[in-house]
Amino acid sequence: MNLYSRRLWTNRIGIALSMFAMALGLVALMWILWTLFSKGFAALSLDLFTQDTPAPGSEGGGLRNAIVGSGLILFFSMLISTPIGILAGIYLAEYGRISKFAAFTRFMTDIMLSAPSIVIGLFVYALFVATTGGFSGWAGSLALALIAIPVVVRTTENMLKLVPPSLREAAFAIGAPRWQVSLKVTLRAVKSGVVTGVLLAMARITGETAPLLFTALNNQFFSTDMGSPMGNLPVVIYQFALSPYDNWVNLAWGGALLIALVVLAVNIGVRIAFRNKDKP
Amino acid sequence: MNTPSPAVIDPQMARIRTFRLQDMLFHRTTQVFALVVLLALVGILISLTIEAWPSLVKFGPEFLWTNIWSVPDDEYGALAAIYGTVVTSVLALLIAVPISFGIALFLTETCPVWLRRPLGTAIELLAGVPSIVYGIWGLFIFAPLFAEYIQPPLQAWLGDVPVIGGWFAGPPIGVGILTASIVLSLMVIPFIASVMRDVFETVPPVLKESAYGIGCTTWEVVRNIVLPYTRVGVIGGIMLGLGRALGETMAVTFVIGNANRIVGSLFAPGTSIASTLANEFGEADPGLHIASLFALGLILFVLSFVVLAISRWLIARSVGKEGV
Repeated sequence: MNLYSRRLWTNRIGIALSMFAMALGLVALMWILWTLFSKGFAALSLDLFTQDTPAPGSEGGGLRNAIVGSGLILFFSMLISTPIGILAGIYLAEYGRISKFAAFTRFMTDIMLSAPSIVIGLFVYALFVATTGGFSGWAGSLALALIAIPVVVRTTENMLKLVPPSLREAAFAIGAPRWQVSLKVTLRAVKSGVVTGVLLAMARITGETAPLLFTALNNQFFSTDMGSPMGNLPVVIYQFALSPYDNWVNLAWGGALLIALVVLAVNIGVRIAFRNKDKP
Repeated sequence: MNTPSPAVIDPQMARIRTFRLQDMLFHRTTQVFALVVLLALVGILISLTIEAWPSLVKFGPEFLWTNIWSVPDDEYGALAAIYGTVVTSVLALLIAVPISFGIALFLTETCPVWLRRPLGTAIELLAGVPSIVYGIWGLFIFAPLFAEYIQPPLQAWLGDVPVIGGWFAGPPIGVGILTASIVLSLMVIPFIASVMRDVFETVPPVLKESAYGIGCTTWEVVRNIVLPYTRVGVIGGIMLGLGRALGETMAVTFVIGNANRIVGSLFAPGTSIASTLANEFGEADPGLHIASLFALGLILFVLSFVVLAISRWLIARSVGKEGV
């Protein structure tokens, strides 16, 4: 084989392998989604939303308490993490170029983005559950908020950096103080981007299971009391999927579908919204 | 000439002073919120160390390399969990890195432009799927198929080969170290592939075009131009995947088998730090057991912190040199 045909074939094999890798990735995605949809939709029914999680061995049942619990925990964790995340993001964007402290914070935030979520659960257990004497919805919200904050911080900062300098300079030129420029001009200019960051953070924590295991725990009964253990979808899925009861396993698939639908809807919705913005 | 009377200047000065005060307040307020992240990080280290203290004092550094985990005897060592964590993560990377590289190569070089966005989005969606979904998919769908169609042929093919034959010994039950590694690799592929794609895109077109211009094939351009140029960022992406894999809990807990021991075979059930925590922490007895679990958490946090710090540093260095 001469040099040219060897180079040609190396190229062909390399490209073919890369296409194969791409196909493998897509097949994995399709396979997981297809399984989830076929098993999940089979488990969907009105009961899923109107009945509570069943006791061991009893028939039927739904996920009402877990859905409400997850909703409450998510709501409060976003309530905690959104203001903290946005203000910290503003700090990094406004002062990040000049301050060493800000650069250090940014670096640590990036690490926290991928920190093991189960360790966050341990932390909140040690800090909150062990000291206040019990598992509670609040502890769950706190753990999830700690995971969401870095996501909000980084997206807010990245969005603020996209604001054209001329806009800020114009605002400074008419004598506006920094805080007004920051809150009333730059932040407002990227409002939709910041909302996107908050939504993505919510999608990120919707499926988080590990940090809830030792914080919100679980509750078989319907409860809206954030001060006590609270049923939530991820932990119910975890417990039910590993159980020997068929109806529990079915409910686990139904719950997994609900979570995945929320996460995928947010992810796809955000991308569509942004694509339309690219070409006005 | 009209000079502004002091009565006009004063209110203006006063207003500027107010503005300055407000700006100072604004600076400090936002700074405090930025501090929250740092405090959380330091808080995690301190609180885990405090909670793990009884175990750290009792077992000392030997905790790291003692292969025992016995609740009845109250004797604990982290070796089995560390072994499971490291082996599953490294195996997951061995599978994920070539595939991610292929995906990134395809998306940046050979893919038709109109397909780049939808395919890239599809890969990113794979990253968005919650890990518990990977977990139940792995347990109910992948593990049974793996036990029936893949493990027996692998055993027949490689089982008698010296040295590596032992890796494929034991009953093909589906769940185990290898299954956990495969599910884990699916989880980290999107992260590694996205970073690789992003750093591949930082290669100045003029470099690639010159190479194409002298007649290089696509493969040669990627091997000799793109990869050397983006080496640092590519390693950063791989480390990011490693950091993710080390701390992943749910996907692993479902399929690793949760047996707190070290077996040479990759088909055998094992455990990882995260899955030990998920399994035992809820019912742990106060005292040495819970302290040892906190010690495991501390090891995991420090391990992934180091890996992630290196990864972020490398990625920042690589993307920062854009336009050089």
